[in-house]
Amino acid sequence: MNLILIFISAAIINNYVLVSFLGICPFIGVSKKLGSAVSMGMATTFVMTITAALAWLLNKYILVGLHLEFLQIVSFILVIASVVQLVEMFIKKVSQPLYEALGIFLPLITTNCAILGLALFLVMKQYNFIESIFFGFGSGVGFTLALIIMAGIREELELADVPEPFKGAPITLIVASCLALAFMGFSGII
Amino acid sequence: MAKSKISVTQEFLKGLWNENPILRMVLGICPTLAVTTSAINGVTMGLAVIFTLVMSSFIISLLRKLIPNEVRIATFIIIIATFVTVADRVLAAFYPEMSKALGPFVPLIVVNCIVFARQEAFASKNPVGRSVVDALGMSVGFTLVLLVMGSLRELIGNGTIFSHQIMPMSFQPWMAIALQPGAFLTLGLLIGFANWLNTKGKKK
Repeated sequence: MNLILIFISAAIINNYVLVSFLGICPFIGVSKKLGSAVSMGMATTFVMTITAALAWLLNKYILVGLHLEFLQIVSFILVIASVVQLVEMFIKKVSQPLYEALGIFLPLITTNCAILGLALFLVMKQYNFIESIFFGFGSGVGFTLALIIMAGIREELELADVPEPFKGAPITLIVASCLALAFMGFSGII
Repeated sequence: MAKSKISVTQEFLKGLWNENPILRMVLGICPTLAVTTSAINGVTMGLAVIFTLVMSSFIISLLRKLIPNEVRIATFIIIIATFVTVADRVLAAFYPEMSKALGPFVPLIVVNCIVFARQEAFASKNPVGRSVVDALGMSVGFTLVLLVMGSLRELIGNGTIFSHQIMPMSFQPWMAIALQPGAFLTLGLLIGFANWLNTKGKKK
């Protein structure tokens, strides 16, 4: 039960994009088409789940074990960069079209603040190993959810008559503001 | 690139408006949205970014001929992460309350696109002096936008700026502006406004 609560809380109530403001760059950059939003979301969820597990192990046995907590930021970013590199090689091998569709955004997951944020939250919230994995997976699902909703809206928005200066990022942010208002309704459920 | 054709002053000024990282290039949005609940939070975050960006631009442009091209990304990240750790520890030691208010967003400067983009696009190709000026211009431009956003949201959401009462007592604060939806809305309107100003300036 506790695990389900962690999952729902990470995915919806503390949604990374709309409530905690993490991972806004891909949220604006990749939400133009539904298809690329789905694959970006999946790649991010995958990286997040693995990072959650690795970051937990690293923190527990190396950083805390050897009293090296001040190296947290440097070591987490290295773990994330290597996981992303692995995922990239894996996708390239398994699905060439998906690899080409993700393009530049795959290496950019490294600098997606949602991933580093996840690792830092894990340490702050003091979850155990299994809880961390659920937390990582839930966060990824939440990120994907926000991305897909946004992509759906933006595909419709293409047809709307938006004033010239507001095309692109500004209108996306304003739509995101409405979404955030809706997600605020979820706060306090748990 | 028109290298060394523009003066040092222009190098600094381009970060403030023409190539402003937030308003013109839409980089580094996450901290912009998250920490601008009040003016003071925005400015503190801005100062941390100024420190990190200027110091890492300085070191990276010093080392630009020594860093092999293949491992440059990893090298940049480690240099940036080092300065972010310094900023984070200093903040936690001297201003623990501020450090708590900014939450994970100080460590997250590591993955702030602005810092990385300046290293890749500028500091790794230009001499030390110019890189520092460029870094200073970009980070000051970033800080100014944070200051404007923070002041606006604090004014509307709480009736104050830097905790000084500005609005009359009868003013009913709009809580939503200080919360998440307000952050998205304020930034969207600001970028739209900047675009509008820019196109208007060009037509003249």
